[in-house]
Amino acid sequence: MGQSIWKSMEQKGYSRRDFLQFCAAAATVAGFNSSGMAQVVSAFEKKERPAVVWLHFQECTCCSESFLRASHPVVLDVLLDVLDLNYTETLQAAAGFQAEKCLTDTIEKNKGKYIVLVEGAVPMGDEGVYCMIGGKTAESILQTVAKDAAAVVAWGSCASNGCVQAAKPNPTGATPISKLIDKPVINVPGCPPIADVMMGVVTHLLVLGKIPDLDSQGRPKEFYGRRVHDTCYRRPNYDAGLFVESWDDENARKGYCLYKMGCKGPVTYNACSVVKWNEGTSYPIQSGHGCIGCSEAGFWDNGPIYQHLPSFPGFGIESTADTVGTVVGLATLAGVGAHAVVTNIRKHGVIAEVHAEDQKE
Amino acid sequence: MSRVVVDPVTRIEGHLRIEAVVENGVITDAFSAGTMVRGLEKILIGRDPRDAWAITERVCGVCTTVHALASVRAVEDALDITVPPTAELIRNIMMTTQYVQDHVVHFYHLHALDWVDVVNALKADPKKAAELAQSFSKWDKNTPAYFTEVQNKVKTFAANGMGIFANGYWGHPAYKLPPEVNLIAVAHFLDALAWQKEIVKIHAVFGGKNPHPNYLVGGVPCSIDANEVAAINSERLNLVKKLIDQANEFVNEVYIPDVLAVASFYKDWSKWGGGLSNYLCYGEFPTKGFAQPEAFKYPRGVVLGRDLSQVHPVNPRDSQEIKEYIAHSWYTYDGGDQAGIHPWAGETNIKYSGPKPPFDTLEGFEKYSFLKTPRWKENPMEVGPLARLLVAFASGRADVKEAVTSTLGKLNVPVDALFSTLGRTAARALDAELALGWLNEFFGQLMERVRINEVSTFNGERWEPKSWPAEAEGVGLVEAPRGALAHWIKIKDGKIDNYQLVVPTTWNGSPRDANGKHSSFEAALIGTPVANIEQPVEILRTIHSFDPCLACAVHLYDPQGRHLHRVTFE
Repeated sequence: MGQSIWKSMEQKGYSRRDFLQFCAAAATVAGFNSSGMAQVVSAFEKKERPAVVWLHFQECTCCSESFLRASHPVVLDVLLDVLDLNYTETLQAAAGFQAEKCLTDTIEKNKGKYIVLVEGAVPMGDEGVYCMIGGKTAESILQTVAKDAAAVVAWGSCASNGCVQAAKPNPTGATPISKLIDKPVINVPGCPPIADVMMGVVTHLLVLGKIPDLDSQGRPKEFYGRRVHDTCYRRPNYDAGLFVESWDDENARKGYCLYKMGCKGPVTYNACSVVKWNEGTSYPIQSGHGCIGCSEAGFWDNGPIYQHLPSFPGFGIESTADTVGTVVGLATLAGVGAHAVVTNIRKHGVIAEVHAEDQKE
Repeated sequence: MSRVVVDPVTRIEGHLRIEAVVENGVITDAFSAGTMVRGLEKILIGRDPRDAWAITERVCGVCTTVHALASVRAVEDALDITVPPTAELIRNIMMTTQYVQDHVVHFYHLHALDWVDVVNALKADPKKAAELAQSFSKWDKNTPAYFTEVQNKVKTFAANGMGIFANGYWGHPAYKLPPEVNLIAVAHFLDALAWQKEIVKIHAVFGGKNPHPNYLVGGVPCSIDANEVAAINSERLNLVKKLIDQANEFVNEVYIPDVLAVASFYKDWSKWGGGLSNYLCYGEFPTKGFAQPEAFKYPRGVVLGRDLSQVHPVNPRDSQEIKEYIAHSWYTYDGGDQAGIHPWAGETNIKYSGPKPPFDTLEGFEKYSFLKTPRWKENPMEVGPLARLLVAFASGRADVKEAVTSTLGKLNVPVDALFSTLGRTAARALDAELALGWLNEFFGQLMERVRINEVSTFNGERWEPKSWPAEAEGVGLVEAPRGALAHWIKIKDGKIDNYQLVVPTTWNGSPRDANGKHSSFEAALIGTPVANIEQPVEILRTIHSFDPCLACAVHLYDPQGRHLHRVTFE
C-alpha cells in the first residue's frame, strides 16, 4: 500500500520498458489512442495501489472466474501490482473472523478512498435471510461497506440488474445494488462480463481517477455503447438476407446470420463482437449460437432464447427514418450501392415472411 | 468444550458456515450450513425446456458447463433425442476440459494455502528449490532464477500489505512443508493462475465463451466444416490441439508432481477426514451414446461400507432410491418434516427458522441450513473424485486401477489411505490425470471424424415443440468435477412443469437427516484434531478436500406452486 504502481513494478524487477508495455495494454483496454499514452504513464506513476474489497452475494462466482481469465493485463499483475485487493471470499487465504477482519480493517483504514466491487444481487425478502455471511445479511454488509467507498462497481448482471435469481417470480426478492445504495454505481453487466472489459473498467477508474461515462443504465459507454448486432462480423449476412434456418444446416456452416435462431444481438449492448472472449478467441455468435442478451436488464424474461425477435425499437441501423433515408438517398443520387438496396429489400422481405409465419401460428 | 465457527468459509464457491464442537483438541460434532438461497427451480417452471440449460448453467460459474450438460441430457431423455456422435465427442471435450481446469484451480487457488505456508516460502533457498523441483519434474521453468524472481515478488508483496494472503494462518504448527517446497508451490500457484485462462479457450472455441459457454438440446451449437472459415475448421482444431498440449505439460510436469510432493509431507492426513463409507457415482464420458452407461469411461454405481468387492446399481427413476429430507433444513413439508421425498414428488416451502441476523451461532436451532439432505436408499453418500475412483476401482476398470495403485505406490501408503482428507485430494489429482488422457483421446477421435467428414453436430428431429408429446419426464445425470449431479424435468404442453436439481455439494454439505445421520462434511470433520481453535486450519483442510460449491447446493422448488414464502417486490 501507499506506493505508486510504477514504484511497485520497479521493485519487483520490471524494467521501464515492461512498465510502458503494461501502460500500453491498459490504455488499449481503456480505449485511449496513442496520444493518450503520456497521460496513462503519468497516472500509473503517481497513483497508489488503491484498497479494494470484493463482495459476494447472490451469485454463481462466474464474474470472479471471468476476472481470472483476463489477458491484458493478466490477473496476476493486477492482483500484485495494480489493486490492493484485501477481501475476496473466492481467493483469500484467511477464513472466518480473520477474513472478516480483512474487510473491516480495509474500510476503516481507507475511509473515502477504497473501491468496492460487488458480485451478486442482494435478496431483500424475509428481512434479508436468504443471503447471510458471518451471521450478517448481505444487505447490512453492503450498506456498511458502501458507506465510505470512493467508488462502487457492480460486476455482472446479478449486481447490475438482478440476473437469474431476479427472473420471474423472483422468489427471494433479488435486488440490484444501485437500488439499495445512494451513491453512483458503475454497472458492468453480462453473465459474466468479459474479462478484458472488467480490466478495462478497473484501468479506467485508476487511470483517470473518475467514473467513466455511463449510459442511462449506468453502464460504461466504452463497452456498452454499441449493439452486438451492429458490430457483428455476420452483420453483412443479415443485410443480405442470408440466415441460418436450422442448427448445423449448410447456412450455419457458412456463418450466416443467427437472427431467425433467436439471436438477441440486435437488442443487446455489449462488446462481445469487438473485444470477444478469452483473449479474443471467439464469442457466442462466432461459435454458432445466438446472443442470449445477457448484459440487458431482465434478459431472462425477454422471451424464450430461441424465439426470434418479433420487432424491436430501432431494428437495424438503417431502419430508423433518418438512416433509411440516407441509404436510399445515397444509392439513388450516386448510382452506387444498388446491391445494398436490393439486399436490404430482400432482407426486409424475409423478415416480413417470418413475421407472417408467426401470425399464422 | 468450545464451539468453533468458521464463516465465511473462503476459497470455495458460495456461502458456507461451519460450526464445530471441539473437545480436548478433537472435533466431536459439526454443523454444515448453507446460508444463501436463490430459488432457481421455481424460476424454471413455465419456461421453454430448451432454455433450461442456460438458466441452470447460472447455478454455478466455477463448475460452469456442468449444469448445462445435465439439463440438455434431462430434456433429451424426456423427449427421446439421440445426440450425434460428433456432438457427443465435443461435449466430452468440453467436460474433460472442465475437469482439468477445475481441479488444477482447486488445488492451487482454493486448497493449497491450507498446506502451503506463503510466508515461510520467503526463507527458502531458491537454488535448493530449483534442485528439488528438477528432481521430480522436467518442467523447464524450474530454475534458480525463476524461484528467485518469485521469491522477490512475494517479498515485495508482503512488504506492501498482503492482499489476498493477509491474515492467513501462517506459522501454524500444522504447516509441515520445508521452505523450498513452499516456494515451489507458491511459484506454481502463480503459474497455474496464468495457465488456467488458456485451457478454457477450448470452451470458447466450441461454446463461444468461458465462463458459461453455450449448449444446445439435441447436440452442440457449433458447426464443423473443414472448407469454411466461419465454422470449426482446421485453424480452430489446431488451437484446441495447442491448448491440450499445454495442458498435458502443465498437469504432468507441474500439478501432479506438486500434489505428490506436498502429500508426501502430510501422510498423517491419511488418518483423518474419511467420514462416510458410502460412495455414489452416476458415471461419465459416454463413448457409445448416453443410453449405454456400460461404455462410459467412469462406470455408474454405488460402493457401500467401503466394500470394494461389490458395486450396487443406481436407478434415479426409482422413487425408493433417491430421497430428500428437510428435518434440519429451512423448509417445511406438508406431510411433516421428518419424511423423505423422491425429487419427482418434491414439495418445498422455504421457511427460515434460524436466528435473526446478526447472529453469532446456530447452536440450539433444530434447522440450520438452506441445503436439503439427499439420501440413496436411506444412506448418506459421499460424491466426487474419490467416489468416482472407488466405484471404477470396484468395477474392475483397468485404467483407473492402474492409476490408483501407481499413485499409492509412489506415496508408499496402503489403499485405506484413500479414505481420508489426503486421499480425497490425491483422488482429485488422479481424476484430472485420467480426464486429461481421455481429453487427448476424444480430440483424436474428433479429428478422425472431421477427416472422414462425419461432422453432424445436431439432431433436429424433436427440436420443434410440435413434435413433443403432451407430457414427458426425464433425468439428466452428470459426473461434475465435484461429483454426482442430476436434473429431473417434467414437461407439459411444451413448458417446464417441474424441474429439480440434486447436486454434488447437496450430497456432501447437507445437514444431518431425520435419523440423525451426518452427511459427508460433518462426518469427515468428526474426529479431526484442532490444535488451535483460533486458527482452525484443520477444518479448512477437510472441508476444502471436498471442493464445496454452495451456489450449486442450495435451491428450492415447488411443483404445485404451493405456499412458498411469499414476498412482494416493486
